[in-house]
Amino acid sequence: MIEWFTAATWSPYIVGAGIGVLVWITFLLSDQPLGASTAFAKTAGMVETAISREKAESMAYYQKITPTIDWQWIIVIGIVIGGFISAYLSGTFSLLTVPPLFAGAFGTDALLRAGVALLGGILMGLGARWAGGCTSGHGISGTLQLALASWVAVIFFFIGGILVAGMIYGFAFL
Amino acid sequence: MAFDELRANPKAQVILGLIFGIIFGFLLQKGGVTNYDVILGQLLLTDFTVVTVIMTAILVGMIGIYIMKAAGLVHLHIKLGSVGATIIGGLIFGAGFAILGYCPGTAAAAVGSGALDALVGMIGIVIGAGIFARLYPRLDRTILNKGVFPAETIPELLGIRALFIVPVVAVLIVGVLYLLQMIGF
Repeated sequence: MIEWFTAATWSPYIVGAGIGVLVWITFLLSDQPLGASTAFAKTAGMVETAISREKAESMAYYQKITPTIDWQWIIVIGIVIGGFISAYLSGTFSLLTVPPLFAGAFGTDALLRAGVALLGGILMGLGARWAGGCTSGHGISGTLQLALASWVAVIFFFIGGILVAGMIYGFAFL
Repeated sequence: MAFDELRANPKAQVILGLIFGIIFGFLLQKGGVTNYDVILGQLLLTDFTVVTVIMTAILVGMIGIYIMKAAGLVHLHIKLGSVGATIIGGLIFGAGFAILGYCPGTAAAAVGSGALDALVGMIGIVIGAGIFARLYPRLDRTILNKGVFPAETIPELLGIRALFIVPVVAVLIVGVLYLLQMIGF
């Protein structure tokens, strides 16, 4: 049992099944689909509120997605903690600034990688809210409910992702 | 409906949200999908870990959710999409996915395992979400409601009951997973 928690990786089938069961529980106990990107919109709303409460309260989007500490917001804090517990238990926790694949193609400049990550993050945050969800909200929670929008969204996540990844690293399958 | 009291208790829900997040982050990290190289490997079609995790989650999740729905234990939570919102937003998300190399959930779990580039990515996601909120009134008037999809769910679109669609989707997913395994992914 202990070896299980200290293993560096689990089979993707076990992890996928675990996430599926987790969605059953979030629906049952919280009446919520599992998703991550709403929390980022709430955080943006908190920043707007800190700058100008009046302005934030007048913005239509933050009336819809309220900048409050609630189930959807705290889940992302939990994800960071869960990621840490898993990495710590398996002894794989280590600070990393440039992933190996990126370093191999573009060098080990941490600032370059940070700039690219920031740009990618901005596009991702914009796209996630534009599409109404991310890889968890649409890609898992929505698709498993057989939501039409979620299946379309996840297909276009991958179309966009495959095209841009190919432009960055070359199309490996060609 | 069952668990109504628990669902309506905001304090209990914050604690549950934290616990569910911890479990989710733990699973993502154990699955290796918090790793930039694994996510880019998926988008470069050389590593199918991400698709395997997602499809297994859909398979297991779908069967359980539809059984609980039939038993009256859960409601579905479905957003109606459109060409302007889902497809354009999806493509922008996909571009960000390839450039960042994490998604919103896996970025958070990657930060927990020590990836500082994922932390920068999380800051970027907040900025991107903030830009969307600023643009929202204009986008909502112009593009988000263009080409609204004709149905909320696939069973509704096809006019076939979920009772029949769920087993078909389950078989298709098992088939794809089996095929990926066969090819050696």
